[in-house]
Amino acid sequence: MAVDRTAPPIQIIGLGKKFGELEVLKGIDMQVNAGEVVCVIGPSGSGKSTLLRCVNRLEEPTSGRILIEGVDMTDPDVDIDRLRTRIGMVFQHFNLFPHLTVLDNLTIAQRKVLKRSKHEAREIAVANLERVGLIDKIDEYPNRLSGGQQQRVAIARALSMKPDMMLFDEPTSALDPELIGEVLDVMRRLAQDGMTMMVVTHEMGFAREVADRVVFMDGGVIVEEGPPKDVLSNPKHERTRRFLSMIL
Amino acid sequence: MTPRQRQRAIRGSLYVLLIAAVAAALLFADWASIQRNFFRWDIAVEMFPEVLTRFAVNTLIYTLVAFVLGLVLALILALMRLSPVGPYRWVATAYVEFFRSVPALVTILLVNFGIPLAFGRRVPGGLLGIAAVGLGIVAAAYMAETIRAGIEAVPRGQMEAARSLGMRPSQAMFSIILPQAFRIIIPPLTNEFVLLIKDTSLLFVVGTTPLTRELTKFGRDTMQTLGNATPMVVAAFIYLVITLPLTYLVRRLEKRGARGR
Repeated sequence: MAVDRTAPPIQIIGLGKKFGELEVLKGIDMQVNAGEVVCVIGPSGSGKSTLLRCVNRLEEPTSGRILIEGVDMTDPDVDIDRLRTRIGMVFQHFNLFPHLTVLDNLTIAQRKVLKRSKHEAREIAVANLERVGLIDKIDEYPNRLSGGQQQRVAIARALSMKPDMMLFDEPTSALDPELIGEVLDVMRRLAQDGMTMMVVTHEMGFAREVADRVVFMDGGVIVEEGPPKDVLSNPKHERTRRFLSMIL
Repeated sequence: MTPRQRQRAIRGSLYVLLIAAVAAALLFADWASIQRNFFRWDIAVEMFPEVLTRFAVNTLIYTLVAFVLGLVLALILALMRLSPVGPYRWVATAYVEFFRSVPALVTILLVNFGIPLAFGRRVPGGLLGIAAVGLGIVAAAYMAETIRAGIEAVPRGQMEAARSLGMRPSQAMFSIILPQAFRIIIPPLTNEFVLLIKDTSLLFVVGTTPLTRELTKFGRDTMQTLGNATPMVVAAFIYLVITLPLTYLVRRLEKRGARGR
């Protein structure tokens, strides 16, 4: 499988997704370029989470194609597990492994999937825990951490695979308001370090400040997209305007 | 009567009933005879230490081999029941339904007498082999359902997180899902172990030697030789000593589980 680093990290072509009769995605075309931060916003039920979950095929697309660094993710013959190691994923509900310590959460996939040595996996884990400011929690179990800390560990876990891009599925939606800032700080620094990021979020402040591009979705289609100052401050479409007026 | 008076009257009559029953037992029972036939100290003492060192140990060994084999089989069955391949699911379902519906005694007899008839050879390992296979087959049917429930109780996000890190389905199952599932099902599995301890008493039907007997058979043989029920009481007491701590443990684990989740 030839990974083409010059190809855009994420290319979505004519993506459709149906749950039975319900058409959730109706032909999505979009692209995330290397080093770019794209925020996907929209009302609940607009299909934005489904879109994100289709990118690493946690949801099986019904039609269309997804190219990850030029490799067709939807090809049945593709080594999907290998490809997924290139794509970090952060979930709304963190999904840390509760039976493992923070360190083991960060090393288990490195060891089992990437076959890194115990020593190497640990070093990478330590570096990433330092990056999210939680090195002192290395031996704790997840249920001893606050929601914000758990999400930062989840980000460190994804980063420990050294992915080329990161997907964030409403990473702050399950957090108490006072814990949202620490997670957004980590994500902001990640963006500054040049990570390619696709973020489904309701945090308009974050989108405005950090995103290179904002994609507004409604009813399974992309209604409009562009730089945050255009989409968020000066939306062209009535639906975008209505959505923004409701949440701001 | 006011509701309160009525309640008091009911409560009062319950006490009267209880006292009457106890009084009747005291009056009509032949206590000397009961003691002579069920609680002969000299007979009880005579049974020790063999009843512990050999026959209780036999019971536990049979339980253990049946439990281990049953658990392995149950895990396979549980994974089959969750398989995307239809026939695997059907076979596992048929197995579970069949062996849960048939008395354990029938299964043991089938293993002991049926297998030699069908295949021309006995189950290896003598009584130990029969215990492992006969009781293990039955225990597996029950534990398969327990394990499946445990797997299904692990949140879906766990599998998604594991897969998104590039783990294969089997890797995710064995290093992420099953460890959590087993933590959830330790109480029901311990219960299954207790049931299995008691089910070893069925093994007498396949024939035993003096040294391979488990607690019940030993108690029964001694009872028949001496014409006195004390050995059976001793056996019952030893079952109690083994199973009560386990039942207590289950209750504590369940409480802890209820708190920890």
